[in-house]
Amino acid sequence: MPTKIEKDSVTGTQTTGHEWDGIKELNTPLPTWWIYVFYATIIWSVGYVIVYPAIPWFTGHTTGVFGYTARGDVAKQIAAARAAQGEWRAKIEQASLEDIAKDPELQAFALAGGKTAFADNCAPCHGTGGAGGKGYPNLNDDDWLWGGSLKQIYATLQYGVRADHAETRQSDMPRFGVDGMLNREQVNDVAEFVLSLSGKSTDAAAVKRGQPLYVENCVPCHGEKGEGNRELGAPKLNDHIWLYGGDKASVAQSVHAARRGVMPAWSGRLDDVTLKQLAIYVHSLGGGQ
Amino acid sequence: MTLIETRPTEAPPDEEPPLYANRVKVYPKAVSGPFRKLKWAVLIVCLAVYYLAPWLRWDRGPGHPDQALLIDMEARRAYFFWIEIWPQEVYYLTGLLILGAIGLFLVTSLLGRVWCGYSCPQTVWTDLYMWIERLIEGDRNARIRLDKAPWTASKLARKTLKHALWLVIAALTGGAWVMYFNDAPTLARDVMNLNVSGGVLFFAALFTSTTYLLAGWAREQVCTYMCPWPRFQAAMFDRETLIVTYEAWRGEPRGKHRKGEAAKSLGDCVDCGQCYQVCPTGIDIRDGQQLECIGCALCIDACNVVMRKVGLPANLIAYDTVANQQARASGGVSRWRPVRPRTMIYAALLLVVGAAMLLALALRSTLDINVLRDRNPLFVTLSDGSIRNGYTIKILNKAREERSFVLTVDGIPSGEMQLAGHESAAESAKLTVKPDTVGTFRVFLRAPRASLQTESLPITFGLKETATGETARHSSVFVGPEH
Repeated sequence: MPTKIEKDSVTGTQTTGHEWDGIKELNTPLPTWWIYVFYATIIWSVGYVIVYPAIPWFTGHTTGVFGYTARGDVAKQIAAARAAQGEWRAKIEQASLEDIAKDPELQAFALAGGKTAFADNCAPCHGTGGAGGKGYPNLNDDDWLWGGSLKQIYATLQYGVRADHAETRQSDMPRFGVDGMLNREQVNDVAEFVLSLSGKSTDAAAVKRGQPLYVENCVPCHGEKGEGNRELGAPKLNDHIWLYGGDKASVAQSVHAARRGVMPAWSGRLDDVTLKQLAIYVHSLGGGQ
Repeated sequence: MTLIETRPTEAPPDEEPPLYANRVKVYPKAVSGPFRKLKWAVLIVCLAVYYLAPWLRWDRGPGHPDQALLIDMEARRAYFFWIEIWPQEVYYLTGLLILGAIGLFLVTSLLGRVWCGYSCPQTVWTDLYMWIERLIEGDRNARIRLDKAPWTASKLARKTLKHALWLVIAALTGGAWVMYFNDAPTLARDVMNLNVSGGVLFFAALFTSTTYLLAGWAREQVCTYMCPWPRFQAAMFDRETLIVTYEAWRGEPRGKHRKGEAAKSLGDCVDCGQCYQVCPTGIDIRDGQQLECIGCALCIDACNVVMRKVGLPANLIAYDTVANQQARASGGVSRWRPVRPRTMIYAALLLVVGAAMLLALALRSTLDINVLRDRNPLFVTLSDGSIRNGYTIKILNKAREERSFVLTVDGIPSGEMQLAGHESAAESAKLTVKPDTVGTFRVFLRAPRASLQTESLPITFGLKETATGETARHSSVFVGPEH
């Protein structure tokens, strides 16, 4: 408590009565309206507690007379956004993929929706930028296992690859090594020959030994020059893109045990409008054909 | 040593001092004179500009707003007569604020607080509100009596009328504010049809309430407590700055002059109290220069009326400099030196910033290009081994007509450019951008792996308008795999 309130002779102002090592403080009072503002904030806070969720309790919290929740607010905003998009979604549903790609406005809408859907559903495997990784195809390049046209991308999205869907894209490369169709040296020679298709082999003798084995076992699907076959999902072997690595060991492992990557079927998980938007988006990444 | 000397004779007060000070209500008296006339004139001009400026029209052609002064938040454009500003050019506004600040420094160092006294919105609207108050409740003494009087029907009617008029002015003020952000005639029509958006309503209500509270109730407390300017404006003052001064050397000792009595023992101040009765902030200028004084000079008018009546020399309270006051107190000659290092520095700064602003405005380009490089993925290896990079090109067409451009790229020896959605690649691309918009294009650059000597190759996108040849450039990089 202030005890030594006195009047300062210089200013004629009273002191607060506090003293610190001989230093005393003049009492220069705040304007009264200032404290009214403080009271106003207290009254405001009482109203706030009544109106909005405020006090936590063991089983939850007070809900407030407005019944406001931040989650409910988001749900409302999403519903409003859906309603606002309704017209465009209907148009996407009606239009063919080619028509969407031709109409700049529809395409812009599809790209925006596709981008979000891609980040939510595809990015875990293919990466946020669609660059993929080992075993997960890069969607930006011009190399497609099952085709890079709008229709083909759309079909892959719908039915998946080796997925549990009646129309899924299905192809099973034999496990040449594991199942004893080729012995260790033969697997090695075939791998060396496969590397020679893109000019990367280092062992001419192995290439020579591998050639008849390749013709016998691989040509039906991968083609004479390793050009691949999109009908069968057989990758090109004569280019610079390797899904599981282009070094000798990786290629030999592919021959030995096969890879058989899987992509889920998205039909049934995502609605058709979203699938169309995704097809348009993936097609736009740079490799669409 | 104690810092505060206390008088031992002064008995400490019995009760504790209050921690909150009640406002002493100010009842400024009416006054007439040259400074009051000037203040009215400035008030009328300021209010006229504020209320009428949004109604000025300026033809910008079809499809563009024809309001001379408009900040269009939704379309992200600001218009000032022939100038149109995009959001990324907000530095023009910054420049304008810097000009305003330096201008204020210059004027303050020359003429004291004329901004506070004459043209500050707080002063202008408070003056307007006081004028209405005086019309309804009468002058100072009548108002004091009215406030002390018990509540009667007449008092209630007067107070209600006063506040009603204040609220009307406040609403007009808030209403005029939103006119600067919307097309004024359209908005006025919408108001008539009671068809106003929530945003407009919110800001109109906000400025209505601040006008009513600040000009009607808070008044001088805004200047004393809220405004930072009075706290540091003294830094622009020096001995040669014109301020409202009291000539204490000839005014003191003050006192009532009796008729016929030789006023030898007394100074020129007759202690009539007019100077503090007319003061809008309720201070006594005879206490010297103080924080609360807004430099409106109404006390000069009031004092001169009295001085004329009693036949004493005018300007006992005067617009003068501290240096002059001291010179005259000791019988010297008065003079004013507006040209001083301080004012010269402010003036030079004002010229430099103003010239830089004008230059920037004159050289303002109506074309700009931004290049955003794809970062995910950094680059893509294609089947044939070549490397591809993706770029998003944004072309800002600030002109009001559609323009077409040719996009080229330098720095990548055997590169090819392909516009997204187009089949064929070429060395350049033709792009068309609609008027007053940003055109966004996706561009792929492709180069053979063998041609890339470094991991990151600096490149430059060049844009050339087909019709006029106007160009814009933006540098970027082309990224390939590690070597």
